[in-house]
Amino acid sequence: MADPLLVMRDINKRFQGVQALSAASLEVEPGEIMALVGENGAGKSTLIKVLTGAYRRASGSILFAGKSIDFVSPQAAQRGGVSTIYQEINLVPFRSVAENVFLGREHRRYGLLDWGRMNAEAADLLRRFAVEIDVRRPLMEFSTAIQQMVAIARAVSFKAQLVIMDEPTSSLDEREVTVLFDVMRRLRAERVAVIFISHRLDELYQVCDRVTVMRDGRTVMASRMADIGKLNLIAAMLGRDLETVRAHSTGFSAAHAAAGGVVLSAEGLRIGRKVRDARVEVRERQIVGLTGLLGSGRTEVARAIFGADPADAGAIEMRGRPVSPQEPAEAIALGVGYCSEDRKADGIVPDMSVRENLTLGILPRLTSMGIVDEARQREIVDKFMKRLAIKASSAEQKIRELSGGNQQKVLLARWLCTDPKLLILDEPTRGIDVGAKAEIQALIRELADQGLGVLMISSELEEITEGADRVFVLSDGRTVADLPHAEASPRAIMAAMAHGPEALAEAGHG
Amino acid sequence: MVDAPTIGRRGFSLDGAAFFRRHVALAALIALLAFNFAVTPHFASWQTLNVNLTQVATIVIVSVGMTLVIATGGIDLSVGSLMAISGALAPMIFLSSFGRSYPVLGDAIAFVVPVGVAGLFGLFNGWFITRFQVQPIVGTLVMFIAGRGIGQVLTNGNLQVFKNPTFQFIGLGRILGVPCQVIIMLALVAAAAWTLRSTLFGRQILSVGGNERAARLSGVPVAAVKRRVYAISGLCAGIAGLVVVSINSSSDANLVGLGMELDAIAAVAVGGTPFTGGQATVVGSLIGALLIQLLRYTLLANGVPDAAALVVKGAIIAGAVWSQQRGKTA
Repeated sequence: MADPLLVMRDINKRFQGVQALSAASLEVEPGEIMALVGENGAGKSTLIKVLTGAYRRASGSILFAGKSIDFVSPQAAQRGGVSTIYQEINLVPFRSVAENVFLGREHRRYGLLDWGRMNAEAADLLRRFAVEIDVRRPLMEFSTAIQQMVAIARAVSFKAQLVIMDEPTSSLDEREVTVLFDVMRRLRAERVAVIFISHRLDELYQVCDRVTVMRDGRTVMASRMADIGKLNLIAAMLGRDLETVRAHSTGFSAAHAAAGGVVLSAEGLRIGRKVRDARVEVRERQIVGLTGLLGSGRTEVARAIFGADPADAGAIEMRGRPVSPQEPAEAIALGVGYCSEDRKADGIVPDMSVRENLTLGILPRLTSMGIVDEARQREIVDKFMKRLAIKASSAEQKIRELSGGNQQKVLLARWLCTDPKLLILDEPTRGIDVGAKAEIQALIRELADQGLGVLMISSELEEITEGADRVFVLSDGRTVADLPHAEASPRAIMAAMAHGPEALAEAGHG
Repeated sequence: MVDAPTIGRRGFSLDGAAFFRRHVALAALIALLAFNFAVTPHFASWQTLNVNLTQVATIVIVSVGMTLVIATGGIDLSVGSLMAISGALAPMIFLSSFGRSYPVLGDAIAFVVPVGVAGLFGLFNGWFITRFQVQPIVGTLVMFIAGRGIGQVLTNGNLQVFKNPTFQFIGLGRILGVPCQVIIMLALVAAAAWTLRSTLFGRQILSVGGNERAARLSGVPVAAVKRRVYAISGLCAGIAGLVVVSINSSSDANLVGLGMELDAIAAVAVGGTPFTGGQATVVGSLIGALLIQLLRYTLLANGVPDAAALVVKGAIIAGAVWSQQRGKTA
């Protein structure tokens, strides 16, 4: 085998005390398609940004085409032969295709732009990828797929030896994906290497030669695609040994009260491109886990049920009544609460006090003639701050000054004080320190035991296997498994994520 | 001074220095007053007070609505043009044959209809911005340009001159020696400060400005809240338009409210309301407007020409905003 094209070794990178990369590594051969996978926060994009010079590494070495390199910016990397194509295309939509291809190094003749030559060369380049378009038209007139081809053509025209594609398929339809894969194979034929980042495992198996798996800032595995089954790949991504489960690592107690009547049932949900056929059911006194790999459509399902991004098709019933909430306010009126995954962007109002954040949802009910009843407001705030043991200097402290765990408790309290029938929790313990985590998990169990129906989205397997009374697994926008607590082992869940009986069989002797 | 988002913190800190750091505009106003009492001749008179308050009232009235808009993270450039529309409509109504035949009814309608129309144009701003997800600065630019045109079309570009003591009470009358528009100004400031502090609508305004996505996910009707603040801003501009034409005894749609949007925005900025939204102080905007007005008066009274006063006005805006930034990090 030839010398590797790219060797990244012992790469370290910290952000404000958080170790984003620790001794991460990546090797790519010339003319191979390398898949780079990992869950949220695994360090994929940080590693890529270190390579292209968007970030400076703290330590480690990068060899590219046999030379030690240290790009100072993505532009420098591009000149050095490493081009990156992002999911959202960073070209100039109003300018022509040819202009975009040659942006920043236009051909000139007698000091003027040589349009004839640029148009001809751009058309030639695109024809190599079987794209026949009028290169004089503005880029924005073409589909996302074509725009990506233009970005790739631009990369190739830079004499790129390595093209990095960051989730290029997430906005393409199936036919466009096929075209993109053809282009990738053509690149391979021309000895151009590709690093392909995607969450869709099926795609990786279709087009990639090898795969590198990252987790928690480390490179945990590199393997030939053909040598690794889907289930083992998922296990590597989630960091689970298939045979061992750490028992009682969460704050969920083992007691599971008998579930009551159905609070929520949703069938056949279709939402945009990400969710095709999702189904969930939640009963009173029950924690239902909803899990799946990144990009499987978990959050989209939650937001559709809550009316934040309504479903395109499907049936939702709340306590037996068909509903179709179009706005969160409608879902709230039906007794639903939703704690979003991104506390900062979707949860807290940072400059408001704990008191006002806590009562944001219930405030209309504390109001008569438009005037807020501050005595009742304070009563509720005191009650829930005590009940959830929220640590703040006072109810008037700004919420942004609180720790992540305490912010999450305030957001939980925001819904609990509205006395909901169904509470949707999207990654309720992400980014929260260990102690507060167990506390919040215990609280969720307690609330369910008191009658609340909980739909809990989590990518942490322990949280799902120990906490949930019933587990729905999503894969590529479809509900592929519906498991009772007793059957919801990490292996069964991962097998469902891998989607298909052959994966289960493989696990048997793997 | 009511600092809406931190109302709960009752009782001010005894640490005077810290208090002034937080309320720079107020400190500057007090310092400027002290300077005038010491230096400017005849400053300590009822007349000086009335002159200054009368001149500042329209800016304050407009900046009340502007403060609410900015609290949602928006901005309203159309207020000056809406003043021109309301200022053009009122004399058309009481000078019409109907207004002359039924003077009482005519004067009443001349108050209500122009203000209502300005409010509706404000509502249009809010609808436009929320329906098409337009940036507020662009969304209200439409009415900034079109509004003055509408005012000129209504009057054929003519100057309307009038003498109508009943109607002009709003700009020239006094109640217990206090100019009518000053009373309107104080009433609006008090009402808006109370709204922000104590009503559901006020809390919703601040939550929309503080984190629009979180507000929506908590059931706040974000679009309705925005439509209402722009409508209120329109209503305030409508009232200010009536005050201005009353003072002038004439209405010229080319001039009424010209540049008012920038004066109001300056008052809000100096008063300490951040343009990112989520926090607002209406009393601060009042103080900001008073500070800018008094500064201009001080310079004029001490023989500095108006052109130079504009430079100082710019400097004080920069200074106030800068010191508030520092106060935040301190």
